[in-house]
Amino acid sequence: MAETVLLDIALLSLLVSGSATALSTAVGVPLGSWLGGREFRGRRVLRALLHALYGLPPVLLGLLLYLMLSRTGPLGALSWLYTPQGMVLAQFLLTLPFVVGLTWNAVGSVDRSVRDTARTLGAEGRQHLWALVREARLGILGAVMVAFGRAISEVGAVILVGGNIQGETEVLTTAIVKETGQGDFAVAVGLGLILLSLSMFVFAALTLVQERER
Amino acid sequence: MGGGADAAAGEPLPDRPVERADGPPPDAKRLAAEQLYVSFDGRNVLDGCSVDVRAGELHVVLGPSGAGKTTLLRTLNMLEEPGAGRVLFDRADVTWRRRQRGLTGPQKEARARCAMVLQKPVVFRRSVLENAAFGLRVRGVPKAAANERARLALERLGIGHLGGRPAPRLSGGEQQRLAFARATVLDLRFLLLDEFTANLDPPNVLALERAARDFAHSRGGGVLLVTHDLFQARRLADRVSLLAGGAIVESAPRDGFFARPADERTRRFLSGEAPL
Repeated sequence: MAETVLLDIALLSLLVSGSATALSTAVGVPLGSWLGGREFRGRRVLRALLHALYGLPPVLLGLLLYLMLSRTGPLGALSWLYTPQGMVLAQFLLTLPFVVGLTWNAVGSVDRSVRDTARTLGAEGRQHLWALVREARLGILGAVMVAFGRAISEVGAVILVGGNIQGETEVLTTAIVKETGQGDFAVAVGLGLILLSLSMFVFAALTLVQERER
Repeated sequence: MGGGADAAAGEPLPDRPVERADGPPPDAKRLAAEQLYVSFDGRNVLDGCSVDVRAGELHVVLGPSGAGKTTLLRTLNMLEEPGAGRVLFDRADVTWRRRQRGLTGPQKEARARCAMVLQKPVVFRRSVLENAAFGLRVRGVPKAAANERARLALERLGIGHLGGRPAPRLSGGEQQRLAFARATVLDLRFLLLDEFTANLDPPNVLALERAARDFAHSRGGGVLLVTHDLFQARRLADRVSLLAGGAIVESAPRDGFFARPADERTRRFLSGEAPL
């Protein structure tokens, strides 16, 4: 496998998983913070449902999205099947429950004395919620890390939605599957090591940020 | 919380507290609890508690553990809902209700003019200076002005040199000085202190007590301090009350309270016995 092809595959992996994580962070952190900052009826049921989605099999999500994005499906007009956009959508949906749920837990776990102190100092509404988010930022960063880890290592959804087309939608995980299927184990292991290195690099950077904030 | 309302309506009220005149003029600005009932798990923690603090005085409420001291401050500061009774800020009813949406005008005014310092120091995960400026920033004070005022407040408490440090890394005493500076940098009228020097070393106790006294006597604010520390009450108080069984049983100027306690429960408490 040529070096430029390898580079393209690695870059596409980062682009797809990074975009999906950024999107699920943009949607999930505000939603999770909002949920964690208040008490409401049905909270436990909603939390249980959200936690159940942690176990959603990627291949099942991929299949459902495949049907929705196919030409005759309800989202067929988007023409996102076998495109990186479709893969981003799949990983976004896969990681969103983690970001929402873990952010909810992080914000909801801020000590009552901290909540009360912010309130007695005059923070109400959005100001109070923002104060809680800042207190919970280490936990929220952890949620983002989990989401990225889930996205970059996932194969079932992107292989169905992306189609694993060389030069267009092939990412590291799907390339490993393809090379293994073709019996080219050395290349598959090499791709695996690249995936591992990328993943470790991103996690090390995020962990450094987390440690600095601690 | 329902039990408090029932108690207020049907059961006999506790004995009227013994109260003797003195201290600030009766028309001074005041924060007051009127016949508060607060119950948790069917037990009345506050059982018809009436107490007030006036501008310019340092009022110490003594009481044994479990007497309802912290609940009293939390209710005065609109963090607990009473089953019955009222909280008054000057003459306005600012009693907080759990079901209300947002704060009323008088409640906003009370929230802006009252602050609380807890027994266990609470600091936010940000720098010392950002902590001290927190209340100013949420009030819309521009960052530069807020930081300058916060810096001066930290200097008054002797921790101005720690402004850039992460607040969670301070010692317990430094954190409590920070909590005090963060509250008193605001344009407050009343300061509620909950055992605010418990577990601190003598220099920190001295610095915080001096700051509390300054707030009342130099800045003209009202301080309501709850504690079980008789020595601190003797050192600081203008007026002392005893809270026992969820109600105030006696209230008097400091010297009279300690020299001539009128209630048997006060005499028992001052002699080191349980008041009830």
